[in-house]
Amino acid sequence: MTAQAELRSPFRVSKRLAFTGLLLPAVGVITIFMIAPVAIVFVYSFLEPARYGGVVWNFSVEGYLQILFERDFVDGSLQFSADYLVILWRSVFQAAICTVLCLMISVPTAYFIATRSERTKPIWIFLITVPYWVNLLIRTIALLFILRDDGPLNKAIMMTGLTTSPLPLSYNNFAIGLGLVYSFLPFMVLPLYSAFERFDFRLLEAAYDLYASRRVAFFKIVLPVMRPGLIAGSLLVFIPSIGSYLAPDILGGGKTLMIGNLIGTQFQGAHNWPFGAALSMILLTVTLIVLIWMARRSARKNTGY
Amino acid sequence: MKLNSILLTTAAIAWASPAFAAGDLFIYTYGEYTPPDLVAKFEKAFDVKVHVDTFDSMETMLAKLRAGAGGYDIVVAGDPNIQLMISENMLEKIDVNAMPNYVNVDERWRDVYWDSGRQYSAPWAWGSTSFMVDSAVVKGDINTLGVLFNPPAEVKGRINMMRDVNEVINIALRYLNLPRCNENPEDMKKVLELLETQKQWVKSYNSEFKEPLVSGEAVASMAWNGYAMRARDEKPSLVYVYPKEGFTGWMDNLAVPKGAPDIENAKTFINFMMNPENAAMVSTYARYSNGIKGSEKFVDPKLATAPELAPPAGTPAPEFIPNCSPASTKLYDRVWTKLLN
Amino acid sequence: MANARMKDIRAFSGFGSIAVAGVLFLYLPILFLCVYSFNDGRSVSQWSGFSFRWYITVFGNSGIKAAAMNSLTIATIAASVSTVLALGAAMATVNRRFKGETLAYATLTFPLMVPEIVTAVASLVFFVSLGVRLGFSTILIAHIVFCIPFAYLPIRARLEGMDATLNAAAADLYASPIRAFWRITLPLLAPGLMSGWLLAFIISLDDFIITALVAGPGSTTLPLHIYGMLRLGITPEVNAISTMMLVGSIVLLAIAGVLGRSSKNS
Repeated sequence: MTAQAELRSPFRVSKRLAFTGLLLPAVGVITIFMIAPVAIVFVYSFLEPARYGGVVWNFSVEGYLQILFERDFVDGSLQFSADYLVILWRSVFQAAICTVLCLMISVPTAYFIATRSERTKPIWIFLITVPYWVNLLIRTIALLFILRDDGPLNKAIMMTGLTTSPLPLSYNNFAIGLGLVYSFLPFMVLPLYSAFERFDFRLLEAAYDLYASRRVAFFKIVLPVMRPGLIAGSLLVFIPSIGSYLAPDILGGGKTLMIGNLIGTQFQGAHNWPFGAALSMILLTVTLIVLIWMARRSARKNTGY
Repeated sequence: MKLNSILLTTAAIAWASPAFAAGDLFIYTYGEYTPPDLVAKFEKAFDVKVHVDTFDSMETMLAKLRAGAGGYDIVVAGDPNIQLMISENMLEKIDVNAMPNYVNVDERWRDVYWDSGRQYSAPWAWGSTSFMVDSAVVKGDINTLGVLFNPPAEVKGRINMMRDVNEVINIALRYLNLPRCNENPEDMKKVLELLETQKQWVKSYNSEFKEPLVSGEAVASMAWNGYAMRARDEKPSLVYVYPKEGFTGWMDNLAVPKGAPDIENAKTFINFMMNPENAAMVSTYARYSNGIKGSEKFVDPKLATAPELAPPAGTPAPEFIPNCSPASTKLYDRVWTKLLN
Repeated sequence: MANARMKDIRAFSGFGSIAVAGVLFLYLPILFLCVYSFNDGRSVSQWSGFSFRWYITVFGNSGIKAAAMNSLTIATIAASVSTVLALGAAMATVNRRFKGETLAYATLTFPLMVPEIVTAVASLVFFVSLGVRLGFSTILIAHIVFCIPFAYLPIRARLEGMDATLNAAAADLYASPIRAFWRITLPLLAPGLMSGWLLAFIISLDDFIITALVAGPGSTTLPLHIYGMLRLGITPEVNAISTMMLVGSIVLLAIAGVLGRSSKNS
C-alpha cells in the first residue's frame, strides 16, 4: 500500500490489519462456501457421467467436446453442431436486451427518485421493491394472465374500441421482454439511485448558466455521476438474466431452451453431470473475462483524475 | 469487533443442528398431495409429529438423494424412480408385503415392474397421462392422438404440450407406433421430425395445462387425469380422452430412503396408508386413484363416476413406462434440445 | 421563487412519467394477484365468487405459514449478514489501489457469475461431503454467500468517487476513525446500504433452485412450497399468503415512517 493510496482512502483504514479485517470476512466466506464447492464441479466437468446422475471417476473431455460437436444420430461420427452455441447466444442476447430495457426505465426512475424530498425518497425505493416480496414464479404467471387474449388488459383495450380482436400481447418476444424487465428492474434502479442520490443539483444550475442544453447537461453532468451505479446495476441485471428462464418459459410459451434450462436438465433428468458442469465452466469463464475486463477499465478511469 | 461478534453468533446459529424428538416423521413429496386431515389423523393415532417437505419434480428429489442428502423417512416416488432407486441401492428393504395391511393392496399393484412382490414400496396414488379436448370447439373423432399430431383446422395453433421431455417424446412414439425408451436413432429422428412439424401448431409447452384449457387459449392439451378433472370442474366442455393408440399410466409410491432416521415410524406410516379409509383420503384430496381395495366406499362419490378416474369399458389398459437406458435418455435429451431450439 | 426555479432545473421532460409508469407496471400484476386471493374457486385466473376461504386455509395450514416464516427469517438474517460483510469489503476495496484488486473484485462478484443450478449442486455435494446436516443452517449459509454481490455492488457504487467529500469532512472534524465512521460514513452510505440490503433481501426471499438442493427435512421455504404445488396445481392460497406479506411489508413501512418522523421531531 502506497502513501498515496493512504491519502486517498476515505476512512483512513491505513493499517494493513484493518484492511484485511474488513475484506477478509466476505472474501473468506465466498472462498470457502462458493469457490471450493465450484472447484468440485470443475473437476466433475472432466469426468464421465454415472448412469443415473453423479460422476464416474474416469478422466474425459467428452463434456467439453459435446458443446461443439455431436455424434451423428446414426453412425456415431463426430460433427460440428451449433445447437448449444445457439442456446448460449440466445441467452446472452436475451440478457443484453433485458439490461438495455432496464436501463431505459431505470435511469429516469432513479433520477426522478433522487429529486424527491428527503422524506419521500426511501418510500419510493421501498415502493419499487415491495412487489418483489411476491415470488417470481407467481408474479410471472400473474403477468401472463394480464397479457393473454382474454386477459383484463386486452379486454380494456377492446372496450375502448381501438381494436375488435385481441392484441397479441402474450406468447411472443414482447411478453418475454416485459417479463424480463419485471424480473430485474429494482436490480438496476437501486444501484443507480444509490450512486446518484448524492448528486448536487447546483451543478445543473451552473451548466444551464453556461448555456448548456438539457441534452448536454444530462450526458456530461448527470450520467457521469450515475456511472458507478450503471456498472453495478448492469452487472446485477446482465449476469443473472443470462441464466434466467422463467420469462421465456411462461410468457414466451416455453418454445425455446435457455442456457439455464439446459444446464439444469443435465443435472436432473438427462443425468449428464459432466456435460452440465462443462457448460457451466464455459459460461463462468466468459462472464469472468468480461467482468475482469470491465474492472480493469473502470480502475484505469478511476486513477485518471 | 462488532463484525466478529456478529460472525460468531451467526456461526453459532448456523451449526446448532436442530434436536429431533423421538416421535418425528419426515415426508418428502409433491405439494398439495398429502391431505392435512390425514396428517392430523396419523399424528393423533401414533403420537408422531409429521413434517411434510415438498419438491417440484422427481428430478430434484433424485438429484438430492443421489448426492447423499438424508434425513427423510418417507419419500414419494414415481414408478420408474422406484425402479432406479432400488437398482442404485438407495432404498431400505422394508418388506411391505409382510405388513398387516398389505392384504388390502389390489393384486394389480403387487407384482409391478418397479418392485415385484413389493419389498420396498407401497402404492400412494396412480393416474394416467393422456390429453384433453374442448368438445365445444373440436368436432369429429377425438379418440386419437391425431388430434395433437395431425390436428384439424380448429385445433391448429391451439395445442398445449407438457414441458416434459419424457411425456412428450413418449406420446409422440406412441403416435408413430414405435417402442418407448427407444434406443434406435432412426426412430428418434422420426420423432424429432414429427414434433418439429407439430411445433408450428403448438401454442405453448406448459405442464400447467388447466389454465390454458380453461381460458380457451388451448383447445387440446396433454393432461394428467386427476388434474384434468379439476379443469372440467371449471369448464364442463373439456373431455379427457382415452385415445385408441393407448396412453401412459404412472404410480407414485411410498418408500423409505437409505439411512432414514426413523425407519419404524416410516413403516408404521406405510402400513397406515394401506388402510382403505386412509388411502381414500388421498384420493379425495388429490383426485387420483389409490391402489387399495375397499377404499372406494370412503372416497368422495364424485370421483367414482368421473370419466377421468373411471374410464369407459373397453378402454385399453394404461402403459407403465420403465426407466429408460442411458443410451435412450441421451437420445431423448437430444431430440428435446433440438426441438426447443 | 428560488425553489420553483430549482424544480424547473431538475426536471427532464418525461422522466417523471417514465418513473410513475414503471411503478404502475410493477403493481398491475400484483393487484391482479391480490384480487384473486379472494376467489372462491381453486383457480388463480378464473373468477368464481368472493370468499375468504383461502385466508382461512392459510391460517389453518401450518405448512405455508411455516414456509413463509422460514423464508422471512432466512431473508432477514441473510440480507443483514451479507450487507455487513459487503460493507466491510466495499470500504476496504473502493478508492484505493492494492495488489490483487481485480482478484478481490472477481471473488466478491463470483457468486453472481456461477449458474444457479451449479451453485446448488456444488453446495449440496460440498455440505454432504463435510457431513453437515442439511437444513436451516445450510440454507442460511448458501443465502449469505449468494447475497454478498447483491449487497456489495450498490454499496460500492455509492462509495466510488465519494472520497473527496468524506476526506474533507473527516479532516475538518479531526474525528477518530470510529467516530468518523458512525457520524459521517454511515449516514452518507445510507442509500447504498438500504439498496444493498433490500436487493439481498428480495433475492434471498425468491431463491428456489439453490434452496431446493441445500434444504433439509423440516426447512421448507415459501418458494419451495410454491414450486412443490406445480404438479397438483397452484391455488389462491399462494395469492392469499403473498397478499398478507405485502400488507405486512407496507404496515412495517408505515410504522418505520411514523417512528422516523417522531424521532426527528423530538
